[in-house]
Amino acid sequence: MTDLARLYRSLYRIRRVEEEVARVYPTDVIKSPVHLSIGQESVSVGLCEALEPDDAAFGTYRSHALYLAKGGDLRAMIAELYGKATGCAKGKGGSMHLVDVAAGVFGASAVVGTTIPHAVGYAYAVRLRRERRVVLCVFGDGATDEGVFYESLNFAALKRLPVLFACENNGYAIHTHQRLRQHVPDVCARAAALGIPAERIDDADVRTIAARARAAVDAMRGTDAGPFLLECMTYRWKEHVGPAEDYALGYRDRAEAAPWIAGDQVARTGAALAPDERARVEREVEAEIADAFAFAEASPFPGPEELGRDVFREAP
Amino acid sequence: MTVRDGSYVDAIREAVHQEMERDPSVVCFGLDVDDPKAIQGTTRGLVEAFGPGRVFGTPLAEDAMTGVAIGMALAGLRPVHVHIRMDFLLLAMNQLVNIAAKSSYMYGGQLHVPIVVRSMIGKSWGQGAQHSQGLYAFLMHVPGLKVAAPTNPHDAKGCLVAAIRDDNPVMMVEHRLLYPHRGPLPEALYEVRPGRARVVAKGADVTLVGVSHTLVECLRARLHLGEIGLEAEVVDPIWLAPLDADTIAASVAKTGRLVVVDNGWTTCGASAEIATRVVERLQGTREVRIHRMGFAPTPCPPTPSLEDLYYPNARTIAAAARDLVEGKATGWLPPERDDTREVEFRGPF
Repeated sequence: MTDLARLYRSLYRIRRVEEEVARVYPTDVIKSPVHLSIGQESVSVGLCEALEPDDAAFGTYRSHALYLAKGGDLRAMIAELYGKATGCAKGKGGSMHLVDVAAGVFGASAVVGTTIPHAVGYAYAVRLRRERRVVLCVFGDGATDEGVFYESLNFAALKRLPVLFACENNGYAIHTHQRLRQHVPDVCARAAALGIPAERIDDADVRTIAARARAAVDAMRGTDAGPFLLECMTYRWKEHVGPAEDYALGYRDRAEAAPWIAGDQVARTGAALAPDERARVEREVEAEIADAFAFAEASPFPGPEELGRDVFREAP
Repeated sequence: MTVRDGSYVDAIREAVHQEMERDPSVVCFGLDVDDPKAIQGTTRGLVEAFGPGRVFGTPLAEDAMTGVAIGMALAGLRPVHVHIRMDFLLLAMNQLVNIAAKSSYMYGGQLHVPIVVRSMIGKSWGQGAQHSQGLYAFLMHVPGLKVAAPTNPHDAKGCLVAAIRDDNPVMMVEHRLLYPHRGPLPEALYEVRPGRARVVAKGADVTLVGVSHTLVECLRARLHLGEIGLEAEVVDPIWLAPLDADTIAASVAKTGRLVVVDNGWTTCGASAEIATRVVERLQGTREVRIHRMGFAPTPCPPTPSLEDLYYPNARTIAAAARDLVEGKATGWLPPERDDTREVEFRGPF
């Protein structure tokens, strides 16, 4: 598969998974708050393009895209949304806590900013053991309001840790724009103030994100080059949580979304492929998605014996 | 097994040192762990022995550093995160409660967070409102956390070793006034496993349960009670979560009277939990009288005249126990004894 076809497959797969989630959501088979990635796919896909399978990724409650782009198991994800025993967290996590350790996807959190220090601590262990792995740390612009963002970046810079910080900046913390929350809405400047080089990518171009991420990751892999921050501007097409659009709320309007929709990375990347190759990729993805939803439908709910399990890990 | 005489400080230091020798995945960090005072000596020598990669002082960032500990644990390390005061843990509660406690469950058993968080409760020399809090009841409330509050050098070493080897987050509650206490300290590594209380003194008339440093006050109260012919049984919970209520209830089944003395406030506190679990076990089979004691329901005042009133002590515990046994307010307060006077530390720190 060509690089372009691989990128398109990943983008299209995330888009279509999210559309299927949105489609079935009104039937209540998914009883979990879903924060859809539609419109933001290119950030996770571009970033993960720069990673090796054994690199680690830490994300947020809006992590469907990151989970899939990093190689998280699709069947286990859909089953988790359905609350089934076959879910990636056995139905005990839900949409906001996707995890697939085998794929290097560490647990996502609903509390904004909380996974940023996890990525830093993971990277500390990587450097202590002189491994060549790197850690991807994805968070939103809202997380850069939080104190833990500064504390974590400071420690990562101090210890020269191999962390690629990626601010997936969709402009809004729920319904409040960044300009209403930050006097200096420049995430790169904040990183620079802490001694971390940073770069903004304004157009969400998947190949640009992949190239910049690769340059940063290559520099820090197995070295003391230290962390790097990418601020990836993007746009959320759907409501903060749930399957619908939310322009009727009045906090933003369609004119703001229009250029992002016109520049849709899924469509543009697909258009760059030969038609038959595009059709083949889409056919395979559709079959995989249908299989995953059927798997979730057919899977059992966890039994009552599962309620008390996993609170602790007991010695084997 | 060689057993020496050693202090609580020796026990803490030795547990971490020996575990770091045994297991290269153990790391130790926190504010000031590598400074000249070395957390009252509990971390002395570690950085020299194991280097600054495994032992380091941190920025003043309790929230992020707790998250860093969690990230290290996810990568296979076993961090010991040290806080010189328990009050500072409040800055770390999001990571402890929302992540550390929940990871095993919320990620369906895929993730585990084997971290140890040491924190110290201060008392005396005017520690005041923010250097004196025993906040372990917050932690006992949350499924997924284990909480140890050892009261002697033997248990301090054994609990800390067990905590480091545990695959779950363990909160190690230490009391500043216990640090100089000495006792038998085995040289070898051993574990004092979670969930087992110990009857530390036998008696038939009343059961005294003391948490952390108040266990020492209960043992002193037992001496006062002996002078008036009352035999107190004293139980040390050692671990607050999981809590060995069966051992406590077995003692109360015998004595019929329980005084729980906490090193914290009584409302929604460890004393409430202990008393409730005893009643749940014994109601309908045994008439039980219960009294709880703890910090006065105020912030901790630094001035000695008020600080003395704020804490339960051996004499007030003995008085309460006697009143409980006799079923009335006797007005008795035992005279002071030289051998029950606490050796408090002098300032400034």
